[in-house]
Amino acid sequence: MAIGLHDSQVKNPVLRWVDQRLPVITMIQKEYGTFPTPRNFNYFWNFGALAMINLMIMIATGIFLAMHYQPNTAMAFESVERIMRDVNYGWLIRYVHMNGASMFFIVVYIHIFRGLYYGSYKAPRELLWMLGVVIFLLMMATAFMGYVLPWGQMSLWGAVVITNLFSAFPVVGDFIVTLLWGGFSVDNPTLNRFFALHYLLPFMIVGVVFLHVAALHITGSNNPLGVEPKGPQDTIPFHPYYTIKDTVGIVVYLMVFAALVFFAPNYLGHPDNYIPANPLSTPAHIVPEWYFLPYYAILRAVPDKLGGVILMFSSILVWFALPWLDTSKVRSMNFRPVARMFFFLWCVSFVVLMYCGGKPAEEPYVTVSRIATAYYFAYFLVVLPLLGRFEKPMPLPESISRAVLGIKAMGAGPLPGGAATAKPMEKA
Amino acid sequence: MADTATKPSVPTAAIDAGKRDFLTLTATAFAAVGVGAIVWPFIASMNPARDVLALASTEVDLTPITAGMAVTVLWRGKPVFVRHRTAEEITAARAVPMSELKDPATDQSRVRRDPWLVVVGVCTHLGCVPLGQRPTDVRGDYNGWFCPCHGSHYDGAARIRRGPAPLNLPVPDYTFMSPTQIRIG
Repeated sequence: MAIGLHDSQVKNPVLRWVDQRLPVITMIQKEYGTFPTPRNFNYFWNFGALAMINLMIMIATGIFLAMHYQPNTAMAFESVERIMRDVNYGWLIRYVHMNGASMFFIVVYIHIFRGLYYGSYKAPRELLWMLGVVIFLLMMATAFMGYVLPWGQMSLWGAVVITNLFSAFPVVGDFIVTLLWGGFSVDNPTLNRFFALHYLLPFMIVGVVFLHVAALHITGSNNPLGVEPKGPQDTIPFHPYYTIKDTVGIVVYLMVFAALVFFAPNYLGHPDNYIPANPLSTPAHIVPEWYFLPYYAILRAVPDKLGGVILMFSSILVWFALPWLDTSKVRSMNFRPVARMFFFLWCVSFVVLMYCGGKPAEEPYVTVSRIATAYYFAYFLVVLPLLGRFEKPMPLPESISRAVLGIKAMGAGPLPGGAATAKPMEKA
Repeated sequence: MADTATKPSVPTAAIDAGKRDFLTLTATAFAAVGVGAIVWPFIASMNPARDVLALASTEVDLTPITAGMAVTVLWRGKPVFVRHRTAEEITAARAVPMSELKDPATDQSRVRRDPWLVVVGVCTHLGCVPLGQRPTDVRGDYNGWFCPCHGSHYDGAARIRRGPAPLNLPVPDYTFMSPTQIRIG
């Protein structure tokens, strides 16, 4: 772009003055107004926007909770109870924050499922996908540290177990654990720094989300057919079509969220976390929050300390390599009947691991976890690399408009904001 | 939206436009109510919590305070001056003509029982605590209190006499539980 004032098209003189010097209005119009988007999105494509909304809800509620929370072992538990009982609407803000974490993982798991099923990780969207994995890792770290803050029994012992994972690494393990703790056990320094990091990480997530969206707007969105748009007949402007479609999704999402907050606010939590932390007694049955259960099951499936930790971390790190492990050129599983079966089986293994992770470490859960873990990795490391070579995918449609409209697509697509000027081709 | 009709007649288009305006306005109105309902609890959470409100009153035993002596007590996180005034101090305070006062108020209107002056010890200028409680303190040109931050002088009834402060030191809500006990707040 040339140096000098931006050639703004904004009509309002004041806004144009701003836009000429800092073309944010032009940018929003380009990226969220006329942005050409595949015309065939289904509701799975709502979940990116939902995750964005959820992140904002978490940051807003979190900032207001931080105004009342005390990151000190002597006061943390009581300050949370004070939020629940004394602070005006503190119960509401805390329950929204607490269940917001669960909602965030529900939304993001569906978002990831969408990416896996429709092959959104494949070229040219590899980096977009990898940035998504980074966001997920940051989310996990943030959620874990947030769960420690109320300083209940599960907070303390969850922190003990998770930080001890790092002790499995040879040579540097003990050094890392002491560094995390800031002492010789999970205690006040640990809580204090976890609070600082829990406040910091969401803003790092915002940063990576920005990169994720920036990368998305270079390659454009994938779509349920997995066929790239070939021209204007295959796309529609983001606004009003997908702003409205996202709004429908947001309304449904908020209804589910509100139902959880108002009718079952503690359903997804663990009652033991309402017992103040006691470093002298471990609860009989320690489980992480539901969204960590699959990885916890993988950890326990391995009878070796270091092996379990490595396998657990690998279960997510393997996602980074996924764009290269999946050798098939066809993106959408809609056209890969064999891969689709294996993928659904992978989803089953994920749910089975989630179930087993919440059960005690005894038979039959250990054996079941082992089988599910084996399949979890086999899908990425064996099935996907080989299938690309041997599978015979179904024929792909020539273009999005042809598949969607069912007639020979010709001429231009609807003009931006041109719903009123309905073209005869829009519905046949 | 895309009917088989190729060219909508004018009346239909007018009705459609009216419907769209109605939908836009109702949707916007509901969105505004929704945003308000969401913002309300967040703002309310910043107001004093119930445990803070529960600590909003302070009781003071007056027996140990002899004439000419003053004590400072903490009420809602702020100092409150309780002064047992001597007969001369009362007479001096009552002799001041109203025309000399920046914020006119009679001495009688500022006390419940003549010897006892109870005021919030926060300068009405910018919130410093004026000097004058301890016998060694500077008491200003009017034998009351003197705020060292920006030089406001208060008299024996804690009325502003000179300096940038606009108002007298406020009298808090208080009651005599008995002749030797008050409750502030």
